[in-house]
Amino acid sequence: MKLTDAEKAMLDGKHGKAKQKAMDLLVRYGEALNAERLVDVKNVAGTWNAGSPAMKPFAEKGMDVVFSKFNLDSDEVVETPQAEVYTCQLIHGIDTQNGHITGVPEEAINRQRQAESYFGRRGVAMFNTCTPYQVGNVPVRGEHCAWMESSAVVYCNGVLGARTNTEGRESTGAASITGKIPYWGFHLDENRLGTHLVDVEVDVDGMMDWGLLGYAVGEVVQEDIPVLSGIRHTPSMIKLKHFGAAAASSGGVEMYHIPGITPEADTIEQAFGKKKPVERIKYGTAERKLAYDNLNSSAQDTAVDFVMLGCPHNSIEQVWTAARLLDGRKLSPNTQLWIFTPRALRDTAELNGYGDIIRKAGAHLMSDTCPAIGRVMPKNTKVVATDSAKQAHYLPAIMKCQTWFGTVDQCVDAALTGRWRGGLP
Amino acid sequence: MSKIVIRGRKVVGGVAEGEAIVTRDTISGWGGIDSSTGTIIERRHELVGRSFKDKVLVFPGAKGSSGYSHYFHLARVAGAAPKAMLFNRMTTKAALGAVVTRVPAMSDFDKDPLSLIETGDWVKVDADRGFVEVTKRTAAE
Repeated sequence: MKLTDAEKAMLDGKHGKAKQKAMDLLVRYGEALNAERLVDVKNVAGTWNAGSPAMKPFAEKGMDVVFSKFNLDSDEVVETPQAEVYTCQLIHGIDTQNGHITGVPEEAINRQRQAESYFGRRGVAMFNTCTPYQVGNVPVRGEHCAWMESSAVVYCNGVLGARTNTEGRESTGAASITGKIPYWGFHLDENRLGTHLVDVEVDVDGMMDWGLLGYAVGEVVQEDIPVLSGIRHTPSMIKLKHFGAAAASSGGVEMYHIPGITPEADTIEQAFGKKKPVERIKYGTAERKLAYDNLNSSAQDTAVDFVMLGCPHNSIEQVWTAARLLDGRKLSPNTQLWIFTPRALRDTAELNGYGDIIRKAGAHLMSDTCPAIGRVMPKNTKVVATDSAKQAHYLPAIMKCQTWFGTVDQCVDAALTGRWRGGLP
Repeated sequence: MSKIVIRGRKVVGGVAEGEAIVTRDTISGWGGIDSSTGTIIERRHELVGRSFKDKVLVFPGAKGSSGYSHYFHLARVAGAAPKAMLFNRMTTKAALGAVVTRVPAMSDFDKDPLSLIETGDWVKVDADRGFVEVTKRTAAE
Protein backbone atom coordinates (compact mmCIF):
# COMPACT_ATOMS: atom_id res chain seq x y z
CA MET A 1 0.00 0.00 0.00
CA LYS A 2 1.26 3.46 -0.88
CA LEU A 3 1.67 5.78 2.08
CA THR A 4 2.17 9.54 2.04
CA ASP A 5 5.14 11.05 3.86
CA ALA A 6 2.84 12.13 6.69
CA GLU A 7 1.47 8.59 7.00
CA LYS A 8 4.97 7.13 6.92
CA ALA A 9 5.97 9.49 9.70
CA MET A 10 3.11 8.20 11.83
CA LEU A 11 4.06 4.61 11.07
CA ASP A 12 7.65 5.36 12.04
CA GLY A 13 6.52 6.62 15.41
CA LYS A 14 7.28 10.29 14.85
CA HIS A 15 3.89 11.26 16.24
CA GLY A 16 3.88 9.00 19.25
CA LYS A 17 3.30 5.38 20.07
CA ALA A 18 -0.51 5.39 19.78
CA LYS A 19 -0.50 6.81 16.24
CA GLN A 20 2.24 4.36 15.28
CA LYS A 21 0.11 1.44 16.47
CA ALA A 22 -2.95 2.91 14.76
CA MET A 23 -1.08 3.26 11.48
CA ASP A 24 0.27 -0.28 11.82
CA LEU A 25 -3.29 -1.58 12.11
CA LEU A 26 -4.48 0.52 9.17
CA VAL A 27 -1.65 -0.81 6.99
CA ARG A 28 -2.41 -4.43 7.95
CA TYR A 29 -6.11 -3.80 7.30
CA GLY A 30 -5.52 -1.94 4.03
CA GLU A 31 -3.26 -4.72 2.76
CA ALA A 32 -5.85 -7.34 3.73
CA LEU A 33 -8.34 -5.44 1.58
CA ASN A 34 -5.79 -4.96 -1.20
CA ALA A 35 -6.40 -1.21 -0.98
CA GLU A 36 -4.03 1.05 -2.89
CA ARG A 37 -3.86 3.76 -0.28
CA LEU A 38 -5.53 5.43 2.67
CA VAL A 39 -8.00 8.30 2.48
CA ASP A 40 -8.45 11.24 4.86
CA VAL A 41 -11.51 11.01 7.07
CA LYS A 42 -12.76 13.76 9.35
CA ASN A 43 -15.79 11.98 10.78
CA VAL A 44 -15.56 8.79 12.84
CA ALA A 45 -18.32 6.85 14.63
CA GLY A 46 -17.23 3.83 16.62
CA THR A 47 -17.22 2.36 20.10
CA TRP A 48 -15.04 2.96 23.15
CA ASN A 49 -17.25 1.18 25.67
CA ALA A 50 -15.96 -0.84 28.61
CA GLY A 51 -19.13 -1.96 30.39
CA SER A 52 -19.56 -5.40 28.82
CA PRO A 53 -18.50 -8.48 30.83
CA ALA A 54 -15.81 -9.30 28.24
CA MET A 55 -14.16 -5.90 28.84
CA LYS A 56 -14.09 -6.26 32.63
CA PRO A 57 -10.62 -7.86 33.08
CA PHE A 58 -9.09 -5.25 30.76
CA ALA A 59 -10.93 -2.21 32.13
CA GLU A 60 -9.76 -3.14 35.61
CA LYS A 61 -6.20 -2.53 34.39
CA GLY A 62 -7.17 0.89 33.05
CA MET A 63 -8.89 2.44 30.08
CA ASP A 64 -5.61 2.68 28.13
CA VAL A 65 -5.52 -1.14 28.18
CA VAL A 66 -9.03 -1.30 26.70
CA PHE A 67 -8.11 1.30 24.11
CA SER A 68 -4.80 -0.28 23.10
CA LYS A 69 -6.09 -3.83 22.81
CA PHE A 70 -9.58 -3.31 21.46
CA ASN A 71 -9.49 0.04 19.65
CA LEU A 72 -6.02 -0.34 18.10
CA ASP A 73 -5.33 -4.11 18.21
CA SER A 74 -2.04 -3.31 19.97
CA ASP A 75 -0.46 -5.70 22.50
CA GLU A 76 1.64 -2.88 23.81
CA VAL A 77 -0.30 -0.57 26.09
CA VAL A 78 -0.21 3.01 24.81
CA GLU A 79 -1.62 6.17 26.29
CA THR A 80 -4.89 7.19 24.66
CA PRO A 81 -4.30 10.45 22.77
CA GLN A 82 -6.86 13.09 21.87
CA ALA A 83 -8.97 12.22 18.86
CA GLU A 84 -7.50 13.82 15.75
CA VAL A 85 -10.86 14.22 13.99
CA TYR A 86 -14.53 14.55 14.96
CA THR A 87 -15.43 11.28 16.65
CA CYS A 88 -18.54 9.93 18.33
CA GLN A 89 -19.62 6.93 20.38
CA LEU A 90 -22.36 4.77 18.90
CA ILE A 91 -24.90 2.65 20.76
CA HIS A 92 -23.42 0.29 23.37
CA GLY A 93 -24.64 -2.14 26.01
CA ILE A 94 -25.54 -0.06 29.06
CA ASP A 95 -28.05 2.67 29.89
CA THR A 96 -26.15 4.09 32.84
CA GLN A 97 -29.23 5.91 34.16
CA ASN A 98 -31.57 2.93 34.19
CA GLY A 99 -29.78 0.07 35.95
CA HIS A 100 -32.72 -0.25 38.37
CA ILE A 101 -34.96 -1.16 35.42
CA THR A 102 -32.61 -3.24 33.30
CA GLY A 103 -30.96 -5.06 36.20
CA VAL A 104 -27.44 -4.28 34.94
CA PRO A 105 -25.11 -4.44 37.98
CA GLU A 106 -23.79 -1.21 39.50
CA GLU A 107 -20.21 -2.39 38.94
CA ALA A 108 -20.70 -2.59 35.15
CA ILE A 109 -22.49 0.77 35.11
CA ASN A 110 -19.61 2.39 36.96
CA ARG A 111 -17.11 0.90 34.54
CA GLN A 112 -19.08 2.29 31.62
CA ARG A 113 -19.27 5.72 33.29
CA GLN A 114 -15.49 5.67 33.72
CA ALA A 115 -15.05 4.84 30.03
CA GLU A 116 -17.39 7.67 29.02
CA SER A 117 -15.57 10.17 31.14
CA TYR A 118 -12.10 8.93 30.07
CA PHE A 119 -12.73 8.81 26.33
CA GLY A 120 -15.16 11.72 26.38
CA ARG A 121 -12.47 14.15 27.43
CA ARG A 122 -10.20 12.69 24.77
CA GLY A 123 -12.57 13.84 22.07
CA VAL A 124 -15.12 11.05 21.72
CA ALA A 125 -18.58 12.68 21.72
CA MET A 126 -20.79 10.44 23.84
CA PHE A 127 -23.86 10.36 21.63
CA ASN A 128 -24.45 6.73 22.66
CA THR A 129 -26.81 6.03 19.79
CA CYS A 130 -27.05 3.94 16.64
CA THR A 131 -28.37 7.10 14.94
CA PRO A 132 -25.67 9.79 15.22
CA TYR A 133 -27.34 11.54 12.29
CA GLN A 134 -30.30 12.31 14.58
CA VAL A 135 -28.21 14.22 17.08
CA GLY A 136 -26.06 16.46 14.96
CA ASN A 137 -23.58 14.22 13.17
CA VAL A 138 -24.83 14.70 9.61
CA PRO A 139 -21.98 14.27 7.12
CA VAL A 140 -22.42 16.02 3.79
CA ARG A 141 -22.55 14.39 0.37
CA GLY A 142 -19.17 13.06 -0.68
CA GLU A 143 -17.65 13.32 2.79
CA HIS A 144 -15.38 10.38 3.62
CA CYS A 145 -16.28 8.83 6.96
CA ALA A 146 -15.34 5.83 9.08
CA TRP A 147 -18.51 4.57 10.71
CA MET A 148 -19.59 1.37 12.40
CA GLU A 149 -23.19 0.23 13.00
CA SER A 150 -24.94 -1.27 9.99
CA SER A 151 -28.07 0.89 10.20
CA ALA A 152 -25.97 4.07 10.45
CA VAL A 153 -23.66 3.00 7.61
CA VAL A 154 -26.56 2.44 5.20
CA TYR A 155 -28.08 5.80 6.21
CA CYS A 156 -24.73 7.56 5.75
CA ASN A 157 -24.19 6.14 2.24
CA GLY A 158 -27.75 5.86 0.96
CA VAL A 159 -29.54 8.87 2.39
CA LEU A 160 -26.74 11.35 2.98
CA GLY A 161 -24.46 10.41 0.09
CA ALA A 162 -21.48 10.47 2.42
CA ARG A 163 -18.99 7.61 2.05
CA THR A 164 -18.22 4.88 4.53
CA ASN A 165 -17.59 1.18 4.62
CA THR A 166 -18.83 -0.86 7.56
CA GLU A 167 -15.92 -0.30 9.89
CA GLY A 168 -15.16 -2.13 13.13
CA ARG A 169 -14.06 -1.24 16.64
CA GLU A 170 -10.35 -1.42 15.83
CA SER A 171 -10.46 0.47 12.52
CA THR A 172 -12.56 3.32 13.92
CA GLY A 173 -10.23 3.51 16.92
CA ALA A 174 -7.28 3.92 14.56
CA ALA A 175 -9.15 6.32 12.26
CA SER A 176 -10.10 8.58 15.14
CA ILE A 177 -6.50 9.32 16.11
CA THR A 178 -4.98 9.36 12.60
CA GLY A 179 -7.79 10.73 10.40
CA LYS A 180 -7.16 7.86 7.94
CA ILE A 181 -9.00 4.78 6.66
CA PRO A 182 -8.34 2.42 3.71
CA TYR A 183 -9.50 3.88 0.38
CA TRP A 184 -11.62 0.93 -0.70
CA GLY A 185 -15.25 -0.07 -1.30
CA PHE A 186 -17.76 2.72 -0.86
CA HIS A 187 -15.10 5.44 -0.88
CA LEU A 188 -14.79 4.89 -4.66
CA ASP A 189 -17.39 6.18 -7.16
CA GLU A 190 -17.72 2.96 -9.15
CA ASN A 191 -18.63 0.89 -6.11
CA ARG A 192 -21.62 3.09 -5.28
CA LEU A 193 -23.67 2.28 -8.37
CA GLY A 194 -26.81 0.16 -8.22
CA THR A 195 -26.77 -3.60 -8.84
CA HIS A 196 -30.43 -4.69 -8.50
CA LEU A 197 -33.54 -2.94 -9.81
CA VAL A 198 -36.54 -3.32 -7.51
CA ASP A 199 -39.96 -2.76 -9.10
CA VAL A 200 -42.11 -1.66 -6.20
CA GLU A 201 -45.66 -2.52 -7.24
CA VAL A 202 -47.49 -1.89 -3.98
CA ASP A 203 -48.07 1.41 -2.23
CA VAL A 204 -45.24 2.04 0.26
CA ASP A 205 -46.06 4.85 2.64
CA GLY A 206 -46.39 4.01 6.35
CA MET A 207 -43.58 3.02 8.71
CA MET A 208 -44.48 -0.65 8.53
CA ASP A 209 -44.50 -0.52 4.73
CA TRP A 210 -40.93 0.79 4.71
CA GLY A 211 -39.78 -1.84 7.21
CA LEU A 212 -41.31 -4.66 5.17
CA LEU A 213 -39.83 -3.33 1.94
CA GLY A 214 -36.37 -3.14 3.53
CA TYR A 215 -36.63 -6.62 4.97
CA ALA A 216 -37.76 -8.11 1.65
CA VAL A 217 -35.12 -6.31 -0.42
CA GLY A 218 -32.24 -7.13 1.96
CA GLU A 219 -33.10 -10.82 1.87
CA VAL A 220 -32.77 -10.86 -1.94
CA VAL A 221 -29.85 -8.53 -2.63
CA GLN A 222 -27.75 -9.43 0.45
CA GLU A 223 -24.68 -7.10 0.30
CA ASP A 224 -25.55 -5.59 -3.07
CA ILE A 225 -27.02 -2.19 -3.96
CA PRO A 226 -30.76 -2.01 -4.64
CA VAL A 227 -32.36 0.73 -6.70
CA LEU A 228 -36.03 1.31 -5.83
CA SER A 229 -38.39 2.15 -8.64
CA GLY A 230 -42.07 2.97 -8.12
CA ILE A 231 -41.85 4.88 -4.82
CA ARG A 232 -44.74 7.35 -4.97
CA HIS A 233 -44.60 8.94 -1.51
CA THR A 234 -41.53 10.87 -0.45
CA PRO A 235 -40.34 9.18 2.76
CA SER A 236 -39.34 11.09 5.89
CA MET A 237 -36.09 10.51 7.76
CA ILE A 238 -37.66 7.99 10.15
CA LYS A 239 -38.99 5.86 7.30
CA LEU A 240 -35.58 5.68 5.63
CA LYS A 241 -34.01 4.94 9.02
CA HIS A 242 -36.41 2.01 9.35
CA PHE A 243 -35.94 0.84 5.74
CA GLY A 244 -32.15 0.81 5.91
CA ALA A 245 -32.00 -0.95 9.26
CA ALA A 246 -34.33 -3.67 7.97
CA ALA A 247 -32.34 -4.15 4.74
CA ALA A 248 -29.10 -4.32 6.74
CA SER A 249 -30.60 -7.05 8.96
CA SER A 250 -32.11 -9.54 6.51
CA GLY A 251 -29.18 -8.79 4.21
CA GLY A 252 -26.08 -6.65 4.45
CA VAL A 253 -27.25 -3.63 2.47
CA GLU A 254 -24.86 -0.70 2.94
CA MET A 255 -25.96 1.51 0.06
CA TYR A 256 -29.11 2.05 -2.00
CA HIS A 257 -30.71 4.51 -4.37
CA ILE A 258 -34.23 5.85 -4.63
CA PRO A 259 -33.97 7.89 -7.84
CA GLY A 260 -35.28 11.41 -7.37
CA ILE A 261 -35.08 11.12 -3.58
CA THR A 262 -31.63 9.98 -2.48
CA PRO A 263 -28.77 12.28 -3.50
CA GLU A 264 -26.65 10.26 -5.92
CA ALA A 265 -29.28 9.44 -8.54
CA ASP A 266 -32.02 11.55 -10.10
CA THR A 267 -32.94 8.77 -12.50
CA ILE A 268 -32.76 4.98 -12.67
CA GLU A 269 -30.16 5.27 -15.44
CA GLN A 270 -27.98 7.44 -13.24
CA ALA A 271 -28.30 4.98 -10.36
CA PHE A 272 -26.75 2.20 -12.46
CA GLY A 273 -24.27 4.37 -14.39
CA LYS A 274 -22.66 2.30 -17.12
CA LYS A 275 -23.59 -0.93 -15.36
CA LYS A 276 -26.65 -2.99 -16.16
CA PRO A 277 -28.80 -4.35 -13.32
CA VAL A 278 -27.64 -7.89 -12.49
CA GLU A 279 -31.20 -8.72 -11.52
CA ARG A 280 -34.66 -7.20 -11.63
CA ILE A 281 -36.81 -7.92 -8.58
CA LYS A 282 -40.52 -7.52 -8.07
CA TYR A 283 -41.92 -6.28 -4.77
CA GLY A 284 -45.67 -6.87 -4.80
CA THR A 285 -48.39 -8.09 -2.45
CA ALA A 286 -46.90 -11.59 -2.18
CA GLU A 287 -43.38 -10.33 -1.41
CA ARG A 288 -44.77 -7.94 1.20
CA LYS A 289 -46.73 -10.75 2.84
CA LEU A 290 -43.68 -13.03 2.83
CA ALA A 291 -41.53 -10.38 4.58
CA TYR A 292 -44.26 -9.95 7.19
CA ASP A 293 -44.54 -13.72 7.74
CA ASN A 294 -40.75 -14.10 8.02
CA LEU A 295 -40.57 -11.34 10.59
CA ASN A 296 -43.31 -12.97 12.65
CA SER A 297 -42.15 -16.57 12.20
CA SER A 298 -40.84 -16.91 15.76
CA ALA A 299 -44.13 -15.89 17.44
CA GLN A 300 -47.16 -18.00 18.43
CA ASP A 301 -48.29 -16.88 21.91
CA THR A 302 -50.49 -13.80 21.96
CA ALA A 303 -49.80 -12.97 25.62
CA VAL A 304 -47.12 -10.28 25.30
CA ASP A 305 -44.63 -9.79 28.17
CA PHE A 306 -42.57 -6.99 26.75
CA VAL A 307 -42.93 -4.28 24.11
CA MET A 308 -39.85 -2.56 22.68
CA LEU A 309 -39.94 0.64 20.61
CA GLY A 310 -36.93 2.50 19.29
CA CYS A 311 -34.72 0.40 17.01
CA PRO A 312 -32.99 2.23 15.44
CA HIS A 313 -33.31 4.76 18.26
CA ASN A 314 -36.56 6.70 18.08
CA SER A 315 -36.68 10.26 16.78
CA ILE A 316 -38.38 12.83 19.00
CA GLU A 317 -41.34 12.56 16.65
CA GLN A 318 -41.59 8.83 17.35
CA VAL A 319 -41.34 9.34 21.12
CA TRP A 320 -44.12 11.90 20.81
CA THR A 321 -46.25 9.45 18.82
CA ALA A 322 -45.85 6.80 21.51
CA ALA A 323 -46.51 9.31 24.30
CA ARG A 324 -49.76 10.38 22.66
CA LEU A 325 -50.91 6.78 22.37
CA LEU A 326 -50.11 6.26 26.07
CA ASP A 327 -51.46 9.56 27.40
CA GLY A 328 -53.91 8.96 30.24
CA ARG A 329 -53.74 5.17 29.93
CA LYS A 330 -52.14 2.36 31.92
CA LEU A 331 -50.08 -0.59 30.74
CA SER A 332 -51.37 -4.10 31.31
CA PRO A 333 -50.00 -5.41 34.64
CA ASN A 334 -48.47 -8.31 32.70
CA THR A 335 -46.61 -6.22 30.14
CA GLN A 336 -43.69 -3.81 30.15
CA LEU A 337 -42.91 -1.14 27.56
CA TRP A 338 -39.46 0.32 27.01
CA ILE A 339 -38.92 3.16 24.54
CA PHE A 340 -35.35 3.85 23.33
CA THR A 341 -34.11 7.17 22.00
CA PRO A 342 -30.69 8.87 21.78
CA ARG A 343 -29.50 10.41 25.09
CA ALA A 344 -29.82 13.95 23.73
CA LEU A 345 -33.38 13.36 22.53
CA ARG A 346 -34.29 11.76 25.82
CA ASP A 347 -33.43 15.07 27.48
CA THR A 348 -35.63 16.84 24.94
CA ALA A 349 -38.42 14.35 25.57
CA GLU A 350 -38.17 15.03 29.31
CA LEU A 351 -38.28 18.80 28.70
CA ASN A 352 -41.33 18.29 26.53
CA GLY A 353 -43.09 16.33 29.26
CA TYR A 354 -43.21 13.11 27.22
CA GLY A 355 -41.15 11.33 29.86
CA ASP A 356 -43.85 12.03 32.47
CA ILE A 357 -46.64 10.81 30.21
CA ILE A 358 -44.70 7.63 29.44
CA ARG A 359 -43.90 6.93 33.09
CA LYS A 360 -47.47 7.69 34.24
CA ALA A 361 -48.65 4.98 31.89
CA GLY A 362 -46.15 2.61 33.51
CA ALA A 363 -43.66 2.56 30.61
CA HIS A 364 -39.98 3.61 30.56
CA LEU A 365 -38.02 6.05 28.42
CA MET A 366 -34.45 4.82 27.94
CA SER A 367 -31.29 5.58 25.96
CA ASP A 368 -27.75 4.47 25.09
CA THR A 369 -28.60 0.84 24.34
CA CYS A 370 -31.32 -1.57 23.13
CA PRO A 371 -32.42 -5.08 24.17
CA ALA A 372 -30.39 -6.82 21.44
CA ILE A 373 -27.13 -4.90 22.04
CA GLY A 374 -27.40 -4.75 25.83
CA ARG A 375 -28.97 -8.21 26.11
CA VAL A 376 -31.44 -6.72 28.54
CA MET A 377 -35.16 -7.39 28.81
CA PRO A 378 -37.61 -7.57 31.70
CA LYS A 379 -37.14 -10.81 33.68
CA ASN A 380 -38.90 -13.91 32.37
CA THR A 381 -39.77 -12.35 29.03
CA LYS A 382 -40.97 -15.03 26.63
CA VAL A 383 -42.94 -12.97 24.13
CA VAL A 384 -41.88 -9.60 22.73
CA ALA A 385 -43.62 -7.15 20.42
CA THR A 386 -41.78 -4.45 18.47
CA ASP A 387 -42.28 -2.07 15.56
CA SER A 388 -38.68 -2.67 14.45
CA ALA A 389 -37.88 -5.17 11.71
CA LYS A 390 -34.26 -5.17 12.86
CA GLN A 391 -35.09 -6.02 16.45
CA ALA A 392 -37.66 -8.62 15.33
CA HIS A 393 -34.90 -10.19 13.23
CA TYR A 394 -32.27 -10.35 16.00
CA LEU A 395 -34.19 -10.89 19.26
CA PRO A 396 -35.36 -14.48 18.64
CA ALA A 397 -31.71 -15.49 18.01
CA ILE A 398 -30.01 -13.41 20.68
CA MET A 399 -32.56 -13.50 23.50
CA LYS A 400 -34.32 -16.75 22.54
CA CYS A 401 -37.80 -15.23 22.71
CA GLN A 402 -40.81 -15.10 20.43
CA THR A 403 -41.10 -11.73 18.71
CA TRP A 404 -44.10 -10.08 17.08
CA PHE A 405 -43.54 -7.36 14.50
CA GLY A 406 -46.19 -4.72 13.84
CA THR A 407 -47.03 -1.03 13.75
CA VAL A 408 -46.41 1.33 16.65
CA ASP A 409 -50.20 1.38 17.27
CA GLN A 410 -50.32 -2.41 17.42
CA CYS A 411 -47.35 -2.48 19.77
CA VAL A 412 -48.74 0.12 22.16
CA ASP A 413 -52.09 -1.72 22.06
CA ALA A 414 -50.23 -4.90 23.10
CA ALA A 415 -48.61 -3.01 25.98
CA LEU A 416 -51.98 -1.67 27.15
CA THR A 417 -53.95 -4.91 26.79
CA GLY A 418 -51.22 -7.51 27.26
CA ARG A 419 -52.39 -9.18 24.02
CA TRP A 420 -51.03 -9.22 20.51
CA ARG A 421 -53.87 -8.22 18.21
CA GLY A 422 -51.69 -7.15 15.29
CA GLY A 423 -51.78 -8.27 11.72
CA LEU A 424 -50.85 -7.09 8.27
CA PRO A 425 -53.01 -4.08 7.42
CA MET B 1 -1.98 -39.76 -2.17
CA SER B 2 -3.47 -36.90 -4.17
CA LYS B 3 -3.41 -33.36 -2.91
CA ILE B 4 -5.41 -30.42 -4.15
CA VAL B 5 -3.70 -27.08 -4.45
CA ILE B 6 -5.66 -23.83 -4.51
CA ARG B 7 -3.96 -20.53 -5.19
CA GLY B 8 -5.11 -17.26 -3.73
CA ARG B 9 -4.17 -13.91 -2.28
CA LYS B 10 -2.74 -13.30 1.16
CA VAL B 11 -5.10 -11.44 3.48
CA VAL B 12 -3.07 -12.03 6.62
CA GLY B 13 0.38 -13.60 6.32
CA GLY B 14 1.68 -16.75 7.95
CA VAL B 15 1.56 -20.51 7.66
CA ALA B 16 -0.75 -22.88 9.52
CA GLU B 17 -2.32 -26.27 9.10
CA GLY B 18 -5.22 -28.14 10.61
CA GLU B 19 -8.50 -29.86 10.11
CA ALA B 20 -11.03 -27.98 8.00
CA ILE B 21 -14.43 -26.84 9.16
CA VAL B 22 -16.45 -25.78 6.13
CA THR B 23 -19.71 -23.90 5.75
CA ARG B 24 -21.62 -22.40 2.85
CA ASP B 25 -23.33 -19.95 5.22
CA THR B 26 -21.78 -16.56 5.88
CA ILE B 27 -20.79 -15.92 9.50
CA SER B 28 -21.90 -13.16 11.82
CA GLY B 29 -19.63 -12.09 14.69
CA TRP B 30 -22.02 -10.32 17.05
CA GLY B 31 -24.98 -12.61 17.61
CA GLY B 32 -23.33 -15.29 15.49
CA ILE B 33 -20.46 -16.71 17.52
CA ASP B 34 -19.67 -17.39 21.16
CA SER B 35 -16.25 -15.77 21.46
CA SER B 36 -15.28 -17.70 24.58
CA THR B 37 -15.49 -21.10 22.81
CA GLY B 38 -15.49 -20.29 19.09
CA THR B 39 -18.90 -21.89 18.73
CA ILE B 40 -21.40 -20.82 16.05
CA ILE B 41 -24.60 -19.84 17.85
CA GLU B 42 -26.80 -18.45 15.09
CA ARG B 43 -30.06 -20.42 15.20
CA ARG B 44 -30.42 -21.32 11.54
CA HIS B 45 -26.69 -21.59 10.71
CA GLU B 46 -25.42 -24.80 9.15
CA LEU B 47 -22.70 -25.07 11.82
CA VAL B 48 -24.82 -24.12 14.84
CA GLY B 49 -23.32 -25.69 17.97
CA ARG B 50 -19.95 -26.45 16.30
CA SER B 51 -16.70 -24.69 17.15
CA PHE B 52 -14.01 -23.40 14.77
CA LYS B 53 -11.42 -23.30 17.55
CA ASP B 54 -8.07 -24.64 16.26
CA LYS B 55 -9.61 -25.52 12.87
CA VAL B 56 -9.09 -24.07 9.42
CA LEU B 57 -12.31 -22.14 8.88
CA VAL B 58 -13.55 -22.20 5.27
CA PHE B 59 -16.55 -19.93 4.68
CA PRO B 60 -18.10 -17.62 2.06
CA GLY B 61 -17.61 -14.40 4.04
CA ALA B 62 -18.78 -12.19 6.87
CA LYS B 63 -22.24 -10.86 7.48
CA GLY B 64 -24.26 -8.96 10.02
CA SER B 65 -23.23 -6.43 12.61
CA SER B 66 -20.13 -4.25 12.50
CA GLY B 67 -19.23 -5.96 15.79
CA TYR B 68 -17.83 -8.79 13.61
CA SER B 69 -14.14 -7.94 14.13
CA HIS B 70 -14.56 -7.35 17.86
CA TYR B 71 -16.11 -10.80 18.41
CA PHE B 72 -13.34 -12.56 16.46
CA HIS B 73 -10.85 -10.41 18.36
CA LEU B 74 -12.37 -11.64 21.63
CA ALA B 75 -12.18 -15.23 20.35
CA ARG B 76 -8.43 -14.81 19.87
CA VAL B 77 -8.07 -13.32 23.35
CA ALA B 78 -10.00 -16.32 24.74
CA GLY B 79 -7.80 -18.81 22.85
CA ALA B 80 -10.75 -19.87 20.70
CA ALA B 81 -9.59 -18.54 17.32
CA PRO B 82 -9.43 -20.72 14.21
CA LYS B 83 -5.98 -21.84 12.95
CA ALA B 84 -6.54 -20.09 9.62
CA MET B 85 -9.33 -18.48 7.59
CA LEU B 86 -10.23 -18.99 3.93
CA PHE B 87 -13.11 -16.93 2.56
CA ASN B 88 -14.45 -15.92 -0.84
CA ARG B 89 -16.16 -12.56 -0.53
CA MET B 90 -13.90 -9.71 0.52
CA THR B 91 -15.59 -7.11 2.69
CA THR B 92 -14.30 -4.68 5.30
CA LYS B 93 -15.83 -6.89 8.01
CA ALA B 94 -14.11 -10.05 6.77
CA ALA B 95 -10.78 -8.26 6.26
CA LEU B 96 -10.65 -6.52 9.63
CA GLY B 97 -11.91 -9.67 11.37
CA ALA B 98 -9.05 -11.69 9.88
CA VAL B 99 -6.50 -8.99 10.72
CA VAL B 100 -7.41 -8.82 14.41
CA THR B 101 -7.77 -12.61 14.71
CA ARG B 102 -4.11 -12.65 13.60
CA VAL B 103 -4.18 -16.00 11.88
CA PRO B 104 -3.11 -16.76 8.30
CA ALA B 105 -5.98 -15.80 6.00
CA MET B 106 -6.55 -15.91 2.25
CA SER B 107 -9.10 -14.88 -0.37
CA ASP B 108 -9.41 -14.31 -4.17
CA PHE B 109 -8.87 -17.99 -5.04
CA ASP B 110 -8.34 -19.53 -8.48
CA LYS B 111 -10.71 -22.39 -7.48
CA ASP B 112 -13.58 -22.33 -5.02
CA PRO B 113 -12.46 -23.72 -1.65
CA LEU B 114 -16.10 -24.34 -0.73
CA SER B 115 -16.47 -26.93 -3.47
CA LEU B 116 -13.03 -28.54 -2.98
CA ILE B 117 -12.64 -28.64 0.79
CA GLU B 118 -14.89 -30.64 3.12
CA THR B 119 -15.10 -30.63 6.87
CA GLY B 120 -12.46 -33.00 8.22
CA ASP B 121 -9.99 -32.56 5.35
CA TRP B 122 -6.45 -31.65 6.37
CA VAL B 123 -5.58 -28.18 5.09
CA LYS B 124 -2.24 -26.44 4.94
CA VAL B 125 -2.45 -22.68 4.45
CA ASP B 126 0.65 -20.82 3.27
CA ALA B 127 -0.69 -17.29 3.03
CA ASP B 128 2.78 -15.79 2.43
CA ARG B 129 3.28 -17.83 -0.72
CA GLY B 130 -0.41 -17.74 -1.66
CA PHE B 131 -1.38 -21.39 -1.69
CA VAL B 132 -3.60 -23.85 0.11
CA GLU B 133 -2.85 -27.57 0.10
CA VAL B 134 -5.76 -29.90 0.79
CA THR B 135 -5.41 -33.55 1.79
CA LYS B 136 -8.78 -35.26 1.51
CA ARG B 137 -9.83 -37.05 4.64
CA THR B 138 -10.85 -40.16 2.67
CA ALA B 139 -7.47 -40.26 0.92
CA ALA B 140 -5.61 -40.02 4.20
CA GLU B 141 -7.48 -42.89 5.79
